[in-house]
Amino acid sequence: MIDWGAVGLSLLLATVTTLVLLIGGTPLAWWLSRTRSGWRAPIEAVVALPLVLPPTVLGFYLLVALGARGWPGSWWLAVTGDTLAFSFTGLVIGSVLYSLPFVVQPLQTAFEALPRDPLEAAATLGAGPWDRFRSIVLPLSRRGFLTATILGFAHTLGEFGVVLMIGGNIPGRTRVVSIAVYDHVEALEYAAAHRLSLLLLFFSFSVLLVVAWVNRGRHRPRQGSSP
Amino acid sequence: MSLEVALRGRRGEFELSVDLSLPAAGVSALFGPSGAGKTTLLRAIAGLEHWPGRVSFGGESWQDDPERTFLPVERRELGFVFQSGALFEHLNVADNLRYGARRRRPRTEALADEVVDGLGLRGLLARSARELSAGQRQRVALGRAVLSAPRLLLLDEPLANLDAQARREILRDLERVVRRGALPVLYVTHAWNEVERLAERVILLEEGRVREVGAVPEVSARLEPTGDWEDEVGVVVEVEVVGHHDEDRLTELAFGGGRLYVPRRELPLASRRRIRILARDVSLTLASAVGTSILNILPVEVVEVRRLESNQPLVVLDLGGGRLLARVTHRSVRTLEIAPGRQLWAQIKGVALLP
Repeated sequence: MIDWGAVGLSLLLATVTTLVLLIGGTPLAWWLSRTRSGWRAPIEAVVALPLVLPPTVLGFYLLVALGARGWPGSWWLAVTGDTLAFSFTGLVIGSVLYSLPFVVQPLQTAFEALPRDPLEAAATLGAGPWDRFRSIVLPLSRRGFLTATILGFAHTLGEFGVVLMIGGNIPGRTRVVSIAVYDHVEALEYAAAHRLSLLLLFFSFSVLLVVAWVNRGRHRPRQGSSP
Repeated sequence: MSLEVALRGRRGEFELSVDLSLPAAGVSALFGPSGAGKTTLLRAIAGLEHWPGRVSFGGESWQDDPERTFLPVERRELGFVFQSGALFEHLNVADNLRYGARRRRPRTEALADEVVDGLGLRGLLARSARELSAGQRQRVALGRAVLSAPRLLLLDEPLANLDAQARREILRDLERVVRRGALPVLYVTHAWNEVERLAERVILLEEGRVREVGAVPEVSARLEPTGDWEDEVGVVVEVEVVGHHDEDRLTELAFGGGRLYVPRRELPLASRRRIRILARDVSLTLASAVGTSILNILPVEVVEVRRLESNQPLVVLDLGGGRLLARVTHRSVRTLEIAPGRQLWAQIKGVALLP
């Protein structure tokens, strides 16, 4: 039978992580797409780091930082009385860093592709910065947001190394699907591992298929103009 | 009420240095060759670009760098029509038109019929902005700007991307819209015929500097034409309708320099109009020719001989105090001994009545 606790926890982690990333990643991506500052290149490199870094390396640093002796970890412990490492909150922090490029990069690409004219036109028509973002930027970069959401969500579902390093394997708290599969295999419970793996495989494939469809729509030639 | 602009600055090779005071009424054209800084100046006035200096409109400061104030574009209550149209492609035409009106006080949802019908947009309201032709896009852009109830309308070469047919049609609508009300308009163009049709005054901009400011007829006579618009070099003359000759199907026009005849037009007697006489339509003769089909032959005196950029001679003529320009050949200058003070006759082959 399927370990629904792990499935639920995975979905919750992916949802919270994606939300945090959309809220924090949007201003970051916007800044990266518009700035001429010398900080742009180093920050882009940092954003892209999780793509190349082994998850265990990221997980190791996080474990050090979030543990009771790291300053974020000790501060958290003093404020909440709980450790950050081996907690759901710790998992969210790790996942946010781990999935950062998968949200920021599509958003940045979408923002860079926005033409300048409509934004300027909106300003001349009386729309302030926030109004312009809501009424022009959001609808025109809809596909970028959809891609970012789906990739951020799916990538968080699939993470393993970081979670293993900082979350451990506490049922109901940090035991997500990828860890559960590892557990089942360790215990030679191949049938259970199959069920969870198939679920994840099917889900991931569907997600990537949707992304592919979305991106194909973007490149579809525009309809001919009528006189 | 006036628009005061004092901006100075340098970006790369380009240097802007402008001091300008314009009455906040009527249509002013910002005219000059490409690269003169027309669009830059217009964008700086709108607040889309920040150049050091001061801009104020109707007594309200929009930008004052010594005081460190810069009113953001969205609070300047202006209308801006971009060369590209800059429509919102995710919205339909009606929502494009409403965008500005919804953000101004008093907030309005209704689309004024005079604008929608005046620009021929009624049938397009439900269409997506993506499905419009270039001409339709510019109409929507113009309507959108006007419907936002601006205090100043800025137009950045709105006709530049259009074919001749669309340009003619929109020019007609533009005339209706910009001449209708008290709305002050600043119109960027490098086409002199648009200046003559739409504007009352013209600011001639060259290499980031104002070279001439004045009423269109005055400036047009003083202009030193450049290669860009040699074919359109000419003068604009104020005339009065003094009579109709029905048997010849002619209308007689009077001005300081004499009388002109044009094919019969339904114009009220004593009404005042503007006409344009292109330099290429004026030829010079030693005597008042007889036996010619040309109707309009007037005595003139040579003021000076200039050279067009193509090195073709351009003769500036005095016509009863007004100016007339004639484009002639080098040989004519020699054989007719054209020099300042020389008395000649000007044959005018064509007269365009401006609206």
